Amino acid sequence: MKDFKLTHLKELEAESIYVLREVAAQFERPAILFSGGKDSIVVTYLAYKAFYPAKIPFPLLHIDTGHNFRETLEYRDALVAKLGAQLVVGSVQESIDKGRVKEEQGYNASRNRLQTTTLLDTIEEYKFDACIGGARRDEEKARAKERFFSHRDDFGQWNPKNQRPELWNIFNGRKNMGEHFRVFPISNWTEMDVWQYIYQEHIEMPSLYFTHERACFLRDGQWLAAEPCMRLKPDEQVEVRRVRCRTIGDISCTGLTLSEANTLEDIIEEIAATRITERGGRADDKRSETSMEDRKKEGYF
Amino acid sequence: MNTKGYLDMELLRFTTAGSVDDGKSTLIGRLLYDSKSIFEDQLEAVERASRSRGNEEVNLALLTDGLRAEREQGITIDVAYRYFATPKRKFIIADTPGHVQYTRNMVTGASTADLAIILIDARNGVVEQTVRHSYIAKLLGIPYVTVCINKMDLVDFSEERFCEIERDYREMSAKIGNDAQLHFLPISAKYGDNVVNASERAPWYSGPTLMALLEEVPISHKLGGELQPMRLPVQYVIRPISDKFPDYRAYAGRLAGGVLHVGDAVRVLPSGMTSRVKAIMQADKSQEVAHTPESISVLLEDDIDISRGDMLVGVDDTSPIVGQEFKIMCCWFNAQPMQLRKRYVVRSAVAESVGMVAALDYRVDIHTLEPVTGESTLNMNDIACLTLRTSNPMVFDRYEDNRTTGSLVLIDPDSNETIAAGMIG
Ligand SMILES: Nc1nc2c(ncn2[C@@H]2O[C@H](COP(=O)(O)OP(=O)(O)O)[C@@H](O)[C@H]2O)c(=O)[nH]1
Ligand SMILES: [Mg+2]
Repeated sequence: MKDFKLTHLKELEAESIYVLREVAAQFERPAILFSGGKDSIVVTYLAYKAFYPAKIPFPLLHIDTGHNFRETLEYRDALVAKLGAQLVVGSVQESIDKGRVKEEQGYNASRNRLQTTTLLDTIEEYKFDACIGGARRDEEKARAKERFFSHRDDFGQWNPKNQRPELWNIFNGRKNMGEHFRVFPISNWTEMDVWQYIYQEHIEMPSLYFTHERACFLRDGQWLAAEPCMRLKPDEQVEVRRVRCRTIGDISCTGLTLSEANTLEDIIEEIAATRITERGGRADDKRSETSMEDRKKEGYF
Repeated sequence: MNTKGYLDMELLRFTTAGSVDDGKSTLIGRLLYDSKSIFEDQLEAVERASRSRGNEEVNLALLTDGLRAEREQGITIDVAYRYFATPKRKFIIADTPGHVQYTRNMVTGASTADLAIILIDARNGVVEQTVRHSYIAKLLGIPYVTVCINKMDLVDFSEERFCEIERDYREMSAKIGNDAQLHFLPISAKYGDNVVNASERAPWYSGPTLMALLEEVPISHKLGGELQPMRLPVQYVIRPISDKFPDYRAYAGRLAGGVLHVGDAVRVLPSGMTSRVKAIMQADKSQEVAHTPESISVLLEDDIDISRGDMLVGVDDTSPIVGQEFKIMCCWFNAQPMQLRKRYVVRSAVAESVGMVAALDYRVDIHTLEPVTGESTLNMNDIACLTLRTSNPMVFDRYEDNRTTGSLVLIDPDSNETIAAGMIG
């Protein structure tokens, strides 16, 4: 028999597929929270692998802030078509129009926080009982504490002080009416693992991750995209730069990195050399020391 | 670029344990910091937070104590998972709380660990929590225990003190019957001695640094290998119901023990029906052989009734325990005390049954480690031996033979909370 070597990527993949199959077995109406970023793309790919040759037994749920990159939406639609998956879109614009939330004002206004209401409304409307997210524990200190199966109360809130113990590979998805779960199959992956896996599996990625020319402007040391939804201050100037995204979210909080990385190998090399976390470029995390924990308690992703 | 090296790395999961303030969080901060796994913005955030709390030096513990309440109280409440990699390995650390009321979180962190780091404050030596955590490490079958005798800077790096604690620990470890492989290291988490860099202040110590040890311990125990009995708990049945795959039926699961080959004769438990493996798949790729812990799906020669919760084993394998009554070692997790004969849900990796605690055989006194009999309830953090009865037959292995198929949890159907962890004895 040939020697079998258990690489860390193999072990992580096996664990994530196991978690995804548990979701399918334990819940009635799960959905994948699809943001168009690399993590949700990897989760979707793992789901494809977990259930092949059957179709992924849950829809993709995209919370659309209305401020998405065109490339993100194109990629999303192409992927959905390729997988033959169902797509559900929750629109923040609709939440604003219906008066469910109020748009932030000022230069740093972002629809990021408003997404929480749209997400919870959509979960309620479709009666989703488990939302599968691409969050990783290495991303942020509050996420470092979260379970694979993360329980949410009737109000969609997370209670970090009273999480269910999670042992071995036993996941307890039992819940009362009105409650739901967030499930994070790639909890144990790092940013580097994600890119190495994409490289190993030849997963096609949105063009935004690779270097391209874009009209940008600099704010508080961070390059941002000069898109119509962004209001420029009088002293901010639009310049064309060669940039790429390290994470992809809503335009208002997606920092751009000056980069010439053109291939997956380039990206991996760039990440290996970098000394700043991927969320270092995200305006939403800088608001306070525990801003992620606070948003998560409210029901954020 | 050397992506090959990276794609070839192994994964080691370890957990930290020890009493409050023994320096667990500081040690992890030190491992991350000295292995250059901390990013600039994380370090800046910790520096800012340390300063705003009036700390003179950077408090490395703030790297893991991320929750608001933890920062306010300066303690670890919940397990935090941390990740770092060296060119040899990727590591997953479960940083667990030392306080007695969070023992359940230590158990959680220990359940998947390949190695436990037990910290001891060199000034205090072996204390009650050291015993409790070492006992938990033993119960949870962690194959390697690394005892870090910390704060050596506060005892002048005394070799005598180190040897004294090592002696005490070995004596205690033998008493609890732990046969894990033991290592002892004199360290200072705060100043970095023997964590990543060898210490010059303890010239009498010639062993490896903690990092070197973490990079070297074998992980072969995870693979099971040809000698371990094959176990495939069925998680999910894949049925595409499409024109292209009209009668397709595959049994999906993560191999929990041993090796499975195409052509192997298998038995389905608990029903006892038999068949042969026609194909082993991972997505659209078929393979001749699968190893623990791969997630696969399996096609069988015969059309037999198999559903979630069943287990595939070798056709002549008589080692699995199939039944409705089991002896377990248990750690009670919940504030609600255990009630004899109350209706609980018994859950293994993929199977579930209604059940109850039929008898409390004994509780383990954590001070003396002696069994205490004649009691009828358990409180949070108690460790005990129970007799469990289930309404449906369930399939298990002895925990010491297989950590995946030998474990279970109890769930209270009234609150849906996970209230206890159990290991088949
Ligand atoms: N002098 C000294 N102090 C230490 C050492 N390691 C940790 N400490 C201090 O011990 C206290 C408790 O450390 P912490 O990491 O929070 O302990 P935990 O409760 O086990 O996580 C902190 O004030 C640390 O600075 C060490 O090696 N030497
Ligand atoms: Mg701590």
